[in-house]
Amino acid sequence: MDESWKETLKRSWLKYSESKITVLGLAIVAGFVFLALLGERIVPYPEHIGSFVDFANASGAPSGAHPFGTDLIGRDVLSRIVGSFRNTLLMGVIVLCISAPIGFMVGVIAGYNKGKPVDTVLMRLTDIFLAIPPLVLALAIASVLEPNMTNSMLAITVMWWPWYARLAYGVSSSLRTENYIIYAELTGVKLPHIIFREILPNCLSSMLTKMTLDMGYVIIMGATLSYAGLGEQAPKPALGSMISQGVKYMPEQWWLTVFPAIAIIVLVLGFNLFGDGISNMLGTDES
Amino acid sequence: MSDKILEIKHLKKYFALKNRLTVKAVDDVSLELGKGETLGLVGESGSGKSTIAYVLVGMYEATEGDILYKGEDLAKAGLYRTLKQKGEIQIVFQDPGSSLNPKRTIRKSLTVPLQVHDKGLSKPRMDARVGELLEAVGLPAEFADKYPRAMGGGERQLISVARALATHPSLVILDEPTSALDVSIQAKVISKLVALQKELMLSYLFITHDLSLMRNVADRVAILYLGRLCEQAPAADFFEKPLHPYTRMLLSSIPVATSEEEELKPAKILSTGEIPSPVNVPPGCAFHQRCKDMLPVCAAERPVMREVSPGHEVCCHLYNAN
Repeated sequence: MDESWKETLKRSWLKYSESKITVLGLAIVAGFVFLALLGERIVPYPEHIGSFVDFANASGAPSGAHPFGTDLIGRDVLSRIVGSFRNTLLMGVIVLCISAPIGFMVGVIAGYNKGKPVDTVLMRLTDIFLAIPPLVLALAIASVLEPNMTNSMLAITVMWWPWYARLAYGVSSSLRTENYIIYAELTGVKLPHIIFREILPNCLSSMLTKMTLDMGYVIIMGATLSYAGLGEQAPKPALGSMISQGVKYMPEQWWLTVFPAIAIIVLVLGFNLFGDGISNMLGTDES
Repeated sequence: MSDKILEIKHLKKYFALKNRLTVKAVDDVSLELGKGETLGLVGESGSGKSTIAYVLVGMYEATEGDILYKGEDLAKAGLYRTLKQKGEIQIVFQDPGSSLNPKRTIRKSLTVPLQVHDKGLSKPRMDARVGELLEAVGLPAEFADKYPRAMGGGERQLISVARALATHPSLVILDEPTSALDVSIQAKVISKLVALQKELMLSYLFITHDLSLMRNVADRVAILYLGRLCEQAPAADFFEKPLHPYTRMLLSSIPVATSEEEELKPAKILSTGEIPSPVNVPPGCAFHQRCKDMLPVCAAERPVMREVSPGHEVCCHLYNAN
């Protein structure tokens, strides 16, 4: 049993590493997770992550002591960027871990009852959410609520679950005519068993693939909300708000904007490559 | 004849289409099945044989008619039959590819019925039952931890049989259990089914389009055409003295290898035409447009079933009493 588990892992890795660039993606993701976990313990100026003021060193260009420069009140930009990773990643994970199960339940109930009123109601509701531009909806929700990280996660979750509903709907509406599902119904198996034991295992690989691929987009969405001032509030660092404060001082104090922007780009790129690798590994074609 | 386990009386199953048309998938079919017996239900695709199976297991409710299983009427029950009845009436599907969940091991697939029908079975007892079921269909116990994709079609079909046996059934509906398999594997599956029937006193409703298979397997054979029965007879009688023109057409189209077999066959009757759409069943006898011996009455009046010799019924104007 132990041996076959190792075998599975080995085969999965072989499939994942077929394309070298997805290995780079894994390395990037692993690096960010590492930085996020350690956070204030490894940055050069841990106290700069919070409310710290040092006007003597304000608006300093990148130098040996401050590789990414300092901001308007003298805080180290590198420390603040690294310090923001934990919340950034946490936000993506929480948003996806809430919206995927909600979407799955909605999609599976609609798909399993395809053609019945439940299906029509649930999927038209899903369509309504999908029809509204995601950013507009998220901005609207986040601005009505008190601006903080929890509410911005809520806003993103509200517009993210419909994609998972669509996915689960597609799989379950085709599975419901499979003989093993019909057999389960005929034999008197209860609905929860059919949903979680028969349908869920068939959705899992495409859901996981979509979740890793979506991670990057959720991060962008979170950064956009925080750029608009609707995410994590000062003095805590967030990549989006750092950029929005920095753009006012472009191009003279370019380091305020460029480094957080690069962090976002690398982060999103890493997760997209990682998602491609997972897709290769699980054999799901997500395009 | 032994005790009746299943009596189907004047069963009708109509499907309404969107444009106000009705498909008469099953139209006034009466059948009987004794305990430990095999009834072969034969028909071309679209003749309604699978619809009968699905009504019997409860996927559809009957439009009209009665289905008496051990004296209890199931025609309108659909899925609201008792759990005991769900266990006792089991089905083996045609397509072994979709009968088993590809993402679950055989052990998990086989424990599905046990969890419902043998509630509270301990894990070791459950594993033992899975072993017994695999043994019953002649597969090694190692198969329990395999996935369906690692097995051949015949093996998957045997697993489906094992799963059907898990609930101690008395009536098993075999919906073309071998038509998707290689000929060499067909024989293996069939002989296993026959052995299991003797051992467990099972009643089989064996649905197929392969008439030659019925010669060895069925006690009685019924021929279905466009949702209606043409002829029903004990198997021996059926192959020796086929009466209905449609039956003769089918029998003469069975390919044969030896000259002895050739002599047993009725005179060659060429199959003409296609089975009409069940949306638009011809008036009178459903078969009259393809029939060699058509009488004027055939296009106008629907024939009724009549017994011409003991146990041998035919639905054709040629055999009217006068």
